[in-house]
Amino acid sequence: MSGIAGTKSSLTWAVHLSLAAMVLLWLFPTAGLLVSSFRTADQIATSGWWKSLSASEQNLTLRTDAPDQQVNQNGQFVIQGNLFDESSQSQISRWGTNSRSISDYAAGDTAELRKGGTVTVQTNGDYVMQSDEPFTGKRGTRIFVTAKSPPEFTLRNYNYVLFDPSNREGIAKAFFNTLTVTIPATIIPILVAAFAAYALAWMDFPGRALLIAVVVGLLVVPLQLALIPLLRLHNDIGIGKGYVGAWLAHTGFGLPLAIYLLRNYMVGLPKDIIENAKVDGATDFQIFTKIILPLSFPALASFAIFQFLWTWNDLLVALVFLIDSTGDTTVMTKQIVELLGTRGGNWEILATSAFISIAVPLAVFFAMQKYLVRGLLAGSVK
Amino acid sequence: MHPALQGLLSIVLGVGGCVAYFYFSNQFLDKVLFPGRGPNAGRNITRANMIRPWLFLLPAIAALSIYLAYPVVETLRLSLTERLPGNQSQFVGLANYQQMVSEPKFWEAMRNNMLWLLVVPAFSTALGLLAAQLSDRVRWGNIAKSLIFMPMAISFVGAAVIWKLVYDTRPVDQDQIGVLNALYLFFGGSEPNTWLTLPVWNNFFLMIVLIWIQTGFAMVILSAALRGIPEETVEAAIVDGANPFQVFFKIKVPQIMGTVVVVWTTITIVVLKVFDIVFAMTNGQWETQVLANYMYDKLFRANDWGVGSASAMIIMLLVSPILVWNVYNARKEMR
Amino acid sequence: MTNLKLTGVEKTYAGNINVLNDINLDIKTGELIVFVGPSGCGKSTLLRMIAGLETITGGELTIDGERMNDMPPAQRGIAMVFQSYALYPHMTVRDNMSFALKLAKKNPAEIDAAIEKVAKTLQLTDYLDRLPKALSGGQRQRVAIGRSIVRDPKVYLFDEPLSNLDAALRVATRIEIAQLKESMPDSTMIYVTHDQVEAMTLATRIVVLANKGVAQVGSPLELYERPENEFVAQFIGSPAMNLLSGTVVDTGDFTTVRVENGGGVIRSSVPSSAELKGTSVNIGIRPEDMQPTTDDNFAFENRVEIAEALGEVTQVYFKPQSPGSTPVIAKLQGIHRDVRTQTMRMSADPSKVHLFADGRSLLYR
Repeated sequence: MSGIAGTKSSLTWAVHLSLAAMVLLWLFPTAGLLVSSFRTADQIATSGWWKSLSASEQNLTLRTDAPDQQVNQNGQFVIQGNLFDESSQSQISRWGTNSRSISDYAAGDTAELRKGGTVTVQTNGDYVMQSDEPFTGKRGTRIFVTAKSPPEFTLRNYNYVLFDPSNREGIAKAFFNTLTVTIPATIIPILVAAFAAYALAWMDFPGRALLIAVVVGLLVVPLQLALIPLLRLHNDIGIGKGYVGAWLAHTGFGLPLAIYLLRNYMVGLPKDIIENAKVDGATDFQIFTKIILPLSFPALASFAIFQFLWTWNDLLVALVFLIDSTGDTTVMTKQIVELLGTRGGNWEILATSAFISIAVPLAVFFAMQKYLVRGLLAGSVK
Repeated sequence: MHPALQGLLSIVLGVGGCVAYFYFSNQFLDKVLFPGRGPNAGRNITRANMIRPWLFLLPAIAALSIYLAYPVVETLRLSLTERLPGNQSQFVGLANYQQMVSEPKFWEAMRNNMLWLLVVPAFSTALGLLAAQLSDRVRWGNIAKSLIFMPMAISFVGAAVIWKLVYDTRPVDQDQIGVLNALYLFFGGSEPNTWLTLPVWNNFFLMIVLIWIQTGFAMVILSAALRGIPEETVEAAIVDGANPFQVFFKIKVPQIMGTVVVVWTTITIVVLKVFDIVFAMTNGQWETQVLANYMYDKLFRANDWGVGSASAMIIMLLVSPILVWNVYNARKEMR
Repeated sequence: MTNLKLTGVEKTYAGNINVLNDINLDIKTGELIVFVGPSGCGKSTLLRMIAGLETITGGELTIDGERMNDMPPAQRGIAMVFQSYALYPHMTVRDNMSFALKLAKKNPAEIDAAIEKVAKTLQLTDYLDRLPKALSGGQRQRVAIGRSIVRDPKVYLFDEPLSNLDAALRVATRIEIAQLKESMPDSTMIYVTHDQVEAMTLATRIVVLANKGVAQVGSPLELYERPENEFVAQFIGSPAMNLLSGTVVDTGDFTTVRVENGGGVIRSSVPSSAELKGTSVNIGIRPEDMQPTTDDNFAFENRVEIAEALGEVTQVYFKPQSPGSTPVIAKLQGIHRDVRTQTMRMSADPSKVHLFADGRSLLYR
């Protein structure tokens, strides 16, 4: 519609601005998680993540080294070092020695200490404490600084959550468990559904319309209904809780959508091609494997993505059919729910674990978005 | 065995088994049962073709009946029985339902579910429509769509963590690390709120999470519908003197009403099944209980299969109008 | 030798919807039979029944003397070219052509040889490794034809193969098909079309289907010159044959008829028996056979309402005889200015005047 004369440009701007606002609003929460996963526990706890992106002026309370680090230089007792971590790029502008007057001095100034002696603090955090008397006490002296810190991020959380063997709440194992659930639970229903969809789309038999209606109906049956009867069934036939049960459950629950999606797609394939294959002498099995399957790739891909996302992100099926009391087969969603309970305040662990768990689906999402959209459009009952 | 190996093996077995089943059953039908040669070739082929659809369908029908059809019946039965020690059960009529409706927690869950049903589909659809319309009119629309659609890929649990950070509360004398409290204080709020424990309002904070996820879905479908509108009708309206808002509300929206209904009902189904968000964020405390979580509580915490099944049947009952409507439409379309 | 035979074939769909009834046809080796008829007459259905894509609900189909009713398509010895070409989009031209042969487990060397040969005749050699989507419409059409040729079938079936091509390509491909037929004199072809020109130019015999049955079978010129009934008379030829009602006034070796509403009398070379005298008949004259006359012995007189000057001919539309009836049309050679609004007298050579009683031609009584 860009060619229409007399279109108001103010409206165009309003469109751009409101869309931008909406996108930011949608992105903001996820960005928060991502940014937080790269910050240290202290940083997360003391300032909002949105402040970490720009160089920020912060009031920090830091400590010098403890008196046991003092050395005697020509009769003067000296403690020196740097107030910050080695890697810090922070710049001190004002500082003080008292919590009530935290900006009495400029960087480079020397202040008298209440307990005797002097301290000099430089812009980069280097300090020298000097006194004629030895410093006493267990802890270092508090220095209040106003410092400008550049954005600062760390990979330490990821290292801890994924690779630290001492971390019993590590998510690496859950990651592989999730993968173990997901892949068979994605592939098996595709195969079963593809055959059924072909029969429902292109074979003539009594009761076909009824079966399609049943599939459409089962599409919306809440899987909550299936929990107890199936758990009992699994226990009765000896599967119990475990991967097999989870795979079977995911297959069963995924089938209606798979059949529905694939049938809708296959029915749209040109009839002539299938008839031509019949004239060419192909059996139904050959038509299916040599013509239908290759041509249905887009639909197969879209269902595969759905099922992958759904099984990867699932919590309920895993809780009911997979995870037994040993917790050896725990999946990431369950692990995160547990962290929410026990480590609700430890945002660095929570954020990192959560981001690891959503990173895979997000990667799949951005790589295969085209098929996902196509599947959605085909899958919503018209 | 290492689970990864077991997984690999099961992929091979599962997939290989499926392929082998389909291949050999077809071979058996064509070569042994009704060979397509000899004097009866024609008749045999016709017969084989009558049986073949069922070979193709058998695994799917088996899985669907065991995993979806049977549980519906079984849950109905369980909801009418009471579990006795030693794997026995006893028919108790509607006693489980009576007990359920006498529990305030159940009514709280019902009330909240109704709230969810009103709010989430409405906002998701409306925001989705807005996003679809806006993004169709700018050049970077596809990127915008992609970003709004993104939460679709995030698990409910992941979303719960993401939004818990947004709703986080720190004591009054510290910097707020949750955006909501930071904004609240910035715009003159007196002290930070613990949003998720504010009864009634906390429901809406949970709903926002689902709206955030579902808007992208609504947008994608509605955007396709908007593009399907014949350009001529819009141009005709412009020539007739309609302003952009009139074009949108009087020309475009009526033409995609069917799709809007589809989106609405699809999200409604999601809402009725919503479990993970509540489970992970509040676990139904502070008056945020919903049916699915109530049912989970009954089944696996209180171990009360009767009432749990009864509440599952309530969810089924709420879904069934949509089920009937979908089936009706699908059949109409097939004719 | 009879190649393909239909005996009393009928098609009834579920719910007793009868679309074809009592079709009898004898098709000989080497013939090119064209099925024509108005849309919905069942011509494609009949073709698909021969192919085995629709069940035959009554009667019998034999190919080379063998009953084929229950045979699956692949075992009937037929090949089919579809309107949409039905090329397998995910296979190269070569794979498309070899698909049927591979399924039949032919020897790979033979397959290759057959494909090379056919590709050469159809000028497809350079495209063998392309996917269908990289071909033009005409090339796709040729692949579809080539795909059927490599199978060396007893009978070729063509389902409106040219209707997806644009006008210029259609003419070119039509000629190619005619040449192809000439180069394979022993192959039998059945060709479905709704385009009369295709039917007239390609067919050795045309089968006109109408009203669930066969209206007439015959060579193109037979159909044009000696239509068996009013339907065929009006279906073949464009614009359609004019039908005027009249009463027989004289019988014998020639028949004389008084034209109602037209005023005149016309003679036809169609002989008639004496008992027809006084009965009403329909007089059929093709527009191109109408002759202007100044003679008192005219058949028809009326005012010209529209004159379409096409250059080589002028098509003249007369005022309808009665309101709502089809106007009589005459095709006059050359350019005729100023005929509009004039009243013209028309007549025709007796050998070009057809007579129909109760819809059937008197020739065949």
